[in-house]
Amino acid sequence: MLGQVGSGLAQLVVPALVGQSSTGSFWLPPPDSVASGAVDHAFHFVMYVSYFFFALIFGLIVLFVVKYRRRPGAEAVKTAKSSLALEATWSLIPLALTIVMFYLGFVGYVELRSPPERAYEISVLARKWSWQFTYPDGTIDNNLHVPVGEPVRLVMTSDDVIHSLSIPAFRVKMDVVPGRYTRTWFQGKELGTYDLYCTEYCGTGHSDMLASVVVHEADDFRAWLKAAGDVLGNNPPAKAGEILFRRHGCGSCHSTDGTPRVGPSLQGIVGQTHAMADGSSAAVDENYIRQSILEPGTKIRQGFRNQMPTYKGRLNDQEITAIIQYIKSLN
Amino acid sequence: MPETDTTAEPDEGGQEHPQFLAHHFDTPRQQFNAGKLGMWIFLVTEILLFSGLFCAYVVYRANHPEIFIYAHRFLDKNLGALNTCVLIFSSLTMAWAVRSAQLERKAALALLLSVTLLCGFVFLGVKYVEYRHKWHEGLLWANRYAPRAEAAEETDGEQPIEPRNVGVFFSIYFMMTGLHGLHVIAGMGAIAWVLRRSIRGDFNRGYFGPVDYVGLYWHLVDLIWIYLFPLLYLIH
Amino acid sequence: MANSADGKLSETNSSAPLNYLNCQRGFLSWALTLDHKRIGVLYLVSIMASLGLGGLFAMLIRAELIAPGETIVKEDTYNQFFTLHGAIMIFLFILPGIPAALGNFVLPIMLGAKDVAFPRLNLASYYLWLVGAVFFLVALVTGGLDTGWTLYVPYAFQTDTRVLTAGLGAFILGFSSIFTGINFIATVHTMRPPGMTWMKMPLFLWSLYATAIIQVLATPVLGITLLLLAAELVLGLGIFDPAKGGDPILFQHFFWFYSHPAVYIMILPAMGIMSEVIPTFSRKHIFGYKFIAASSVAIAFLGFLVWGHHMFTSSQSVMAGTIFSLLTFSVSIPSAIKVFNWLATMYKGSIALDTPMLYALAFLLLFGIGGLTGLFLATLSANVHLHDTYFVVAHFHYTMMGGTLIAFLAGLHYWWPKITGRMYSEFWGRLAAIGVFVGFNLTFFPQFVMGSRGMPRRYHDFPDKFAIFHFLSSLGAFLTGLAMLTALAYLLHSLFRGRRAAANPWGSATLEWQCASPPPKENFTEPPRVGDPYDYDNLTYDAENECFVPMNASP
Repeated sequence: MLGQVGSGLAQLVVPALVGQSSTGSFWLPPPDSVASGAVDHAFHFVMYVSYFFFALIFGLIVLFVVKYRRRPGAEAVKTAKSSLALEATWSLIPLALTIVMFYLGFVGYVELRSPPERAYEISVLARKWSWQFTYPDGTIDNNLHVPVGEPVRLVMTSDDVIHSLSIPAFRVKMDVVPGRYTRTWFQGKELGTYDLYCTEYCGTGHSDMLASVVVHEADDFRAWLKAAGDVLGNNPPAKAGEILFRRHGCGSCHSTDGTPRVGPSLQGIVGQTHAMADGSSAAVDENYIRQSILEPGTKIRQGFRNQMPTYKGRLNDQEITAIIQYIKSLN
Repeated sequence: MPETDTTAEPDEGGQEHPQFLAHHFDTPRQQFNAGKLGMWIFLVTEILLFSGLFCAYVVYRANHPEIFIYAHRFLDKNLGALNTCVLIFSSLTMAWAVRSAQLERKAALALLLSVTLLCGFVFLGVKYVEYRHKWHEGLLWANRYAPRAEAAEETDGEQPIEPRNVGVFFSIYFMMTGLHGLHVIAGMGAIAWVLRRSIRGDFNRGYFGPVDYVGLYWHLVDLIWIYLFPLLYLIH
Repeated sequence: MANSADGKLSETNSSAPLNYLNCQRGFLSWALTLDHKRIGVLYLVSIMASLGLGGLFAMLIRAELIAPGETIVKEDTYNQFFTLHGAIMIFLFILPGIPAALGNFVLPIMLGAKDVAFPRLNLASYYLWLVGAVFFLVALVTGGLDTGWTLYVPYAFQTDTRVLTAGLGAFILGFSSIFTGINFIATVHTMRPPGMTWMKMPLFLWSLYATAIIQVLATPVLGITLLLLAAELVLGLGIFDPAKGGDPILFQHFFWFYSHPAVYIMILPAMGIMSEVIPTFSRKHIFGYKFIAASSVAIAFLGFLVWGHHMFTSSQSVMAGTIFSLLTFSVSIPSAIKVFNWLATMYKGSIALDTPMLYALAFLLLFGIGGLTGLFLATLSANVHLHDTYFVVAHFHYTMMGGTLIAFLAGLHYWWPKITGRMYSEFWGRLAAIGVFVGFNLTFFPQFVMGSRGMPRRYHDFPDKFAIFHFLSSLGAFLTGLAMLTALAYLLHSLFRGRRAAANPWGSATLEWQCASPPPKENFTEPPRVGDPYDYDNLTYDAENECFVPMNASP
């Protein structure tokens, strides 16, 4: 803990307050998408203006308090009670600065909201509490894989409540709303793996609703997509089940190491008998797992709430069988 | 109606400070102006409350016009028009009552207030008939919307296909008319209160503020109905 | 109680004239009081209890976030913590805080009036507040609330916590707020004394007046929003529910149409306190009176036009976003005008660093940071990056806590002698002020850094790269909590052991300092002398009694 604090403090004490480069600044992560530049430009302009005005306010307070503090015999000196010239100065200068800020922000915003025509389109489905990215060939994954240097458009909707997709490194954020489609886009500049967060509060698992954005070389991306496409064909059932388990975001609620999360842990669960919320008890076998995936509300284990969405229509029989094989392999 | 705070503290009466003047006011004029301003501000808040509802109505109707065109046929235009007339007439009697109070015509004041109150009861009676009919036909808010088969046949003209979410129209209908109905009841309570005070002889040429304030409130309640009637009943 | 103090107390008591506190005794004399001062005190005690409860939840939030992973509670409990912290602080503390507690006490006396225009409406407002608070407490103990204070749909339809109870509570609290607003507008319009024109009114009254306008114009929209939400839960209304063809974004428009103006309900009275404290402790006429007064009204007006800046990433159109951004920047100008006028007031003054002034200086710095970081959020492109991160959390705490709470503390210490008739310990007062200032910055400045680096808000857990910032933030929160408890301790102590306060301990020129401390039942025994509220020439320091007295009255 202390070491962590120490290194963190070093980070704070040596602030590259004015550093603005491709490696990012004290405030912002590296700008790794094409539109990041415009965003950072506006951010840094506002930042310098803010530094100036804060220094001004702070400086004047210190100066006045030191110079004019109340002392015996020293009276306040009468000055003008108002001055149109001064009022105009401190209204018009901030006004001019805010107009510049508005303009810079507007330019960046238009860029963030205007995807190029020939963008690679990925559809996004958000639900409590996982992301599902569907590629043009039908491949589904829980992480976002994209080719470098190619604009990517996300068409997003939600199954349940409002979520929001945020990728800080790309300066991208857009709410994902049930009952309608929202869009956003970005173009990765550097190879790497980036964080993707849900930034609209969505309940219990909100802080677990994470994903990675993996930016590949174009060729690597095609290869990944090809391999990811046919999970059942390329892998033995338990392995395929593990991949499907991950892709459909099961892991954000069900751990595989014994710790209960939003849902029960799946470690060693097959063969056990558990008390249900309605007072009955049920033995966990293949049929129970299958029913829990397709009709999650029917048998809720005691101590847990009915939170799971149904996977009916999302997983076919072969896929469910593979997932059952994977869960059995956790024993 | 606490905003029409005007009763005097009995022990503070005097030549300089008449009994109806509250202790913290200097003159009856100041007291009347404060009360009237307070009432007007309160009316502004009421208008804003309803304008939120109208705004929700507009947005939902713009998105789903078919629901409104389909469902408004179930409302009884004649009863709606009758209620509109009743309320407009009651506004007239209320305005007349305020004038009578200013002129210190005490008998006329009591009579006109009674007529206004009666109109309120008529309005609620008609509303009750309408609500009971809707209840009977199952034309209720979205969670309870379950129209009986004959409900559609009773209306004239050919039978259009029922769009989705028709229940939402009745949600909006009950929300708007229900909230308005509560305001009518509150207004009737206020009228009953000034009626009692007028019979007791509280009001005179120098002190008629409460009648004036209640009158303003009653006019607003009428005005809101005048918007509700075409928006819900007379849709084309 | 020690003997010596006892003797002293009874001696002063016997000679003390009747005031609003001791003129009537017993529970009913408080519960049924129509005296604005007593209602103000009832409000003051109640909102401070709410502050304590909201503060407790703040401590619990920071305890959970002191380290990554699960520290003290699970996700669901944490979600309740931040929801209840926000809802209690906003609806029960900050919104009524300065207007209903301090404003109720001070407004009529500043006007030289005996009471507000509608005393019974005033008492009704307090009881509605109590009923609303009871609804909140019932929600809290019967299942809590986990929607965030914003109650966004459709999440609010799906949670099994007490949305309906809390929503009705907020609805009732809204009426409490409307009643206060109606009262203040009517009082300021009709009860000013002869000689006090609009342009001779103390600036605190201008700010309360502007606040009241927002209270009566914005709160009804919150009322109808909450009614629609309740109808949605009970009847399945359908207007906000995407499953029934409704629009969940419409709820956000409705909500922010109230809740953005509401932040000016919170900050405008705070600015009003600054306009009283800064000239008093600089012993110098306020600079730019008309501009400060007009900027209050300008903020109240512009505040209604900017709600869409909460929704730049909500799929609102680019055109709407552009207009809202432009309008949002326009609000920064009147705020800037105020700050510069306060600074100009201090220039060549005679600045005394008493506790209220320390809080006022803290306000200038913290609100300065809060306002400047607001510029980042008004900037469209930067907003997309910063929205719903800790940057926003830090920003609104710098304005709401660094602004409003700090100003509330300034006002509380400033008017404490008038309200209670007692002086608190200046040493402990200054120490606590410094503690609050340091603790506050330690809590929230790191949140700017992690926010701009991408840390989302309302997270129970976080990546290790943010651990150091969360750790510092939690330390700062505990320090702030400690300093606030210190303030509570010496203020309570002063009630029993504090030196008796003179009529005018700070040398202020507004009318409330002409009556005794605490004021008599009807505020003034003789009509107050109305003059320039910022002219300190006629006041001279009486070193023997440690107070200021009018020049012509000194021996």
